[in-house]
Amino acid sequence: MSQSRDTSSIVRLRRIGKSFRSGLRTLEAVDLDIGQGEFLSLIGPSGCGKTTLLRIIAGLAEPSEGERRLSLAADRGKHMPSRRVSFVFQDPTLMPWCTVVDNVLLPFRIAGRVGAAERERVGAEIRAVGLTGFERAYPRQLSGGMRMRVSIARALVTDPDLLLLDEPFAALDEITRMALNDDLLRLWESRRTTVVFVTHSVFESVYLSTRIAVMTARPGRIAADLRVDLPQPRERSLRTSPGYAAICAAVSNELVHATAAGSQ
Amino acid sequence: MSAGRFLRLWRIVPPFAVGAVLLAIWEFVVRINGIPPYILPSPLAIAESLWTDGPSLLGSLLVTLRVTLAALAAAAILGGAIAVLFSLSRILELSLFPYAVILQVTPIVAIAPLIIIWVSEPFLALLVCAWIVAFFPIVANTTVGLNSADRNLLALFRLYGASRGQVLRYLKLPTALPYFLTGLRISGGLALIGAVVAEFVAGTGGAETGLAFRILEAGYRLAIPRLFAALFLLSLTGIVIYLVLDFLSRLLLRHWHESAIAEEEE
Repeated sequence: MSQSRDTSSIVRLRRIGKSFRSGLRTLEAVDLDIGQGEFLSLIGPSGCGKTTLLRIIAGLAEPSEGERRLSLAADRGKHMPSRRVSFVFQDPTLMPWCTVVDNVLLPFRIAGRVGAAERERVGAEIRAVGLTGFERAYPRQLSGGMRMRVSIARALVTDPDLLLLDEPFAALDEITRMALNDDLLRLWESRRTTVVFVTHSVFESVYLSTRIAVMTARPGRIAADLRVDLPQPRERSLRTSPGYAAICAAVSNELVHATAAGSQ
Repeated sequence: MSAGRFLRLWRIVPPFAVGAVLLAIWEFVVRINGIPPYILPSPLAIAESLWTDGPSLLGSLLVTLRVTLAALAAAAILGGAIAVLFSLSRILELSLFPYAVILQVTPIVAIAPLIIIWVSEPFLALLVCAWIVAFFPIVANTTVGLNSADRNLLALFRLYGASRGQVLRYLKLPTALPYFLTGLRISGGLALIGAVVAEFVAGTGGAETGLAFRILEAGYRLAIPRLFAALFLLSLTGIVIYLVLDFLSRLLLRHWHESAIAEEEE
């Protein structure tokens, strides 16, 4: 079913495999097309190569075999599509010596464009993630959830075509995590940036995504590719709805199969 | 009394109390046993010598201090620059680092006479000696710091297409700053030691006499209280240099580095 979206897909992976020098095989023949405006979650057991796959999509790692193609709006045909792809790590990955503003300003600083317009953008993005009043704060003065918001603001400030998130909320407590889930949904609903979201949590993936790819244990393959046909915009009440529970059950089921398949 | 003031007092009072007690014991032991001042002068005798010889000793201290500070500045600038070069080129680091270590482990006392012969200008000769002792901690620490940049931040810089210069300026140099400052604090004391050792070897090579030569001279003349007074000034200088560098470090890192954040804030 993913083949039919070829025309609008912005990420195209064909037979991607990855072996490390130690002989460890993390990915095996991964085929994946990600369409414009999709919110795709990659879910799978620990060590199934989700992060590696995300780094390959970003261009931060090279596949051992297979083909990776990004079709981005302003793709300059260069090896590194700078500023069209944003990455949010598991840690907030902020520069501790910089204020919130300067951290979010980083992509512009590297691009050599720090003018009034860029500062305006940064201010708007900080407000969008709910950090109004903390512009001059340093990362150590913020809570874990707020640091992650800064990280998300930095990723969104360049208005990327593709936003990659690598278990961004894994280290946060449940309440903060739910709040950030909602905020990420709002941000995505208003911009429709294409998102690839790596997570361990079935509930989180179903709540956020339009599509979920379930991966097997090492070496990681795509075991199942599920659409999440839940109403949008999504509200918190969705978390207790029967439809949500049914999809969670289906994804959990696929995950159990995928984990077992990998260990055989 | 506020908690902050109490904490500050708590940091000042104990070391002074220990000093006062030790000095009292020293004075007591010297008096009880009638130890002559050329074996061990009592603290009061040293204080008296400090008072009478103070002005001339201070002049000598200034000479030593000039060498020390010039060597420290040279160590900071050249040491930092060498570390940056190392971080830019792995092959440069691999080829030159062993020689930096050789320079570090060579006893300065052994090579100081040679340097004093080779470098005819006395001030410069002393400066070179003190620099050799002082530069290594800065190079070693800063090199570690420059290589300690967060891997994910490095990946992020790559993703945004940062140049090597930008990675150095916006990521590696700020990461290395606390390491550099730690090196600087160690080097502050070492520069003073280097200057003193060089003066010991050089004697009165120049027109001006530093504190080290005054110590030697006082020893030859058995003016032991003056020797101790000079030593006291030297120690005091070392402490002041450390405190100034510590203050500088806190000032530069106060916003973000754990080492510089006051306890009350947490």
